[in-house]
Amino acid sequence: MNTTWSRFNIVSIVLGFAFLYIPIVLLIVFSFNESRLVTVWAGFSTKWYGELFRNQGLIDAAWVTARVAFISATVATVLGTMAALALTRYTRFRGRVLFSGMVFAPLVMPEVITGLSLLLLFVAIGLDRGFLTVTLAHITFSMCFVAVVVQSRLISFDRSLEEAAMDLGATPVKTFFAITLPVILPAIVSGWMLAFTLSLDDLVIASFASGPGATTLPMKIYSQVRLGVTPEINAACTILIAIVAVGVLIASVVNKSREVQRQRDEQAAQRH
Amino acid sequence: MKSLGSIRRSFAPWTDPAARPYIAFENITKRFGDFVAVDDLSLRIYEREFFALLGASGCGKSTLLRMLAGFEEPTSGRILLDGQDLRGIPPYRRPVNMMFQSYALFPHMSVEQNIAFGLKQDGMPKAQIAERVAEMLKLVKLEQFARRKPHQLSGGQRQRVALARSVAKRPKVLLLDEPLGALDKKLREETQFELMDLQQNLGLTFVVVTHDQEEAMTMADRIAILDKGRVMQVATPAEIYEAPSSRFVAGFVGTVNLLEGSVMSRDGASLRIKGASGAEIRVENVPDDVSSGEVAFAIRPEKIKVSPRRPAEGTANVMEGEIFDLAYLGDMTVYHVRLADGQVVKASALNSARVSEDQLTWSDKAWISFAPDAGVVLTR
Repeated sequence: MNTTWSRFNIVSIVLGFAFLYIPIVLLIVFSFNESRLVTVWAGFSTKWYGELFRNQGLIDAAWVTARVAFISATVATVLGTMAALALTRYTRFRGRVLFSGMVFAPLVMPEVITGLSLLLLFVAIGLDRGFLTVTLAHITFSMCFVAVVVQSRLISFDRSLEEAAMDLGATPVKTFFAITLPVILPAIVSGWMLAFTLSLDDLVIASFASGPGATTLPMKIYSQVRLGVTPEINAACTILIAIVAVGVLIASVVNKSREVQRQRDEQAAQRH
Repeated sequence: MKSLGSIRRSFAPWTDPAARPYIAFENITKRFGDFVAVDDLSLRIYEREFFALLGASGCGKSTLLRMLAGFEEPTSGRILLDGQDLRGIPPYRRPVNMMFQSYALFPHMSVEQNIAFGLKQDGMPKAQIAERVAEMLKLVKLEQFARRKPHQLSGGQRQRVALARSVAKRPKVLLLDEPLGALDKKLREETQFELMDLQQNLGLTFVVVTHDQEEAMTMADRIAILDKGRVMQVATPAEIYEAPSSRFVAGFVGTVNLLEGSVMSRDGASLRIKGASGAEIRVENVPDDVSSGEVAFAIRPEKIKVSPRRPAEGTANVMEGEIFDLAYLGDMTVYHVRLADGQVVKASALNSARVSEDQLTWSDKAWISFAPDAGVVLTR
């Protein structure tokens, strides 16, 4: 393998990263701008962060988003896990292919269509749009992602673990909670996290399904930007980026150390 | 106290017609769609027996074990355990435990939690569980690994944990699915004897599924040879080897030479067979039901004598041929002798002397001979 840095490689990498990160870096830099004008640098200041915490509208929107994301991710995880279990376990029921296709179709469905169809449904059944409808809408589309993540884990799950538990006297229900659930828990947790972030940054579906009093943060930011980008928004986005970055960092550090530990354990076992 | 060997020697309940079988498969058939995995099979297994189900993959042996454990229900027929019909009883209420081929250790539990799992399901008091777990760990010599997780153990240690977990509940019957399949050869040989001791010490009934004939021969009191969902023969290892009941069994266990021919005449218990090569074969101790028709004479390689000179006049069953191939294995030499009609007969000779004066080598003329009672006549 060629490990030296050719000029071409350096240029590719610089261009690639520049393309990805210059907008984000600009946003972060300007969140510390003294000036009200977004594109004119007038010195360092953290006043917009202070401003941000006095902006009740943004705070409310953030709170709504957090609650919607938490509730929808949790419900979607339960439903998605159940769908994944049904799809991997009861492989012989009629219409299984159709069913699995229908579970996964929303993954590729344009969000506009999902949002619009949900809006039509809510109007048709006379459900007032608000917190409940946004949450329902988010459950609907994030459930499919959870099902995909959990199903891929269940396919490699060794069924003899469950048989062993039953053989040792555990009822099917007990077996599920004592054996199956703990073993597939990592997949369920990543499914939950995926659903949570999907809900957090969804704008399109929320715009269709939400109503007065249930404005999510992406909706709020989007509507404010239409009146002009303020450094306040930059500050809000910088905080979001920081949260996501810390989350990703922790996840990868935990994964890495677990991997290292596992390899060390296996080497220790080989020696005996 | 009687030694284990003497208990084992005198153990033969299957010869006693009054003995009640502990496990009885009665006309069991199991179909998966169009595939017949087990075909009208009946078997009787006795208490404290070490019973092996031996067969190639797909012969139905694992299905049989899984039906006994309760993971599959027979399509028809019934299974009795200690007189009780097992139909409809779920796996978690059956007094049998199984050791899985993959071991199926719970990855999120430590060794002791794995062993304690079954005891907890029974609602055994905590102190008693701890006591039993300690006893089991001692039995499989894993005391210092109690707090390890399965992935922190070697293959042999995992096998021991699986074993300890499956005997912890003191089941009436222990089912073992290819118990030594994942171990390397040396470890497998050691473990075979440990399993036999364990079975004797705990006084359990073992039903083991294996495709490894050596494993079955070493460990089992009796072996059932299965093929295509049917029992071909049930007998002790020695009977299976020395008196196979069919061409299939003879060929499946060990190496065998099958000399096809037809019965010329029968005189008392001795039979004369006209072999395909034209040579006459004289056999003694022939069962009563063989008197005519096409038969096969089955003889093991170690019972055939190979010599570079024609045996003395009057020796029974002599055939002439040439050394087609030979393999020197140290303790013995295997000769492939091609007879006049082209059939190749395998014969093996122990190398009891370091230097032999009349060594046979490739293309040498050689005579094979065997005693009239060295082989068996097969009609099936």
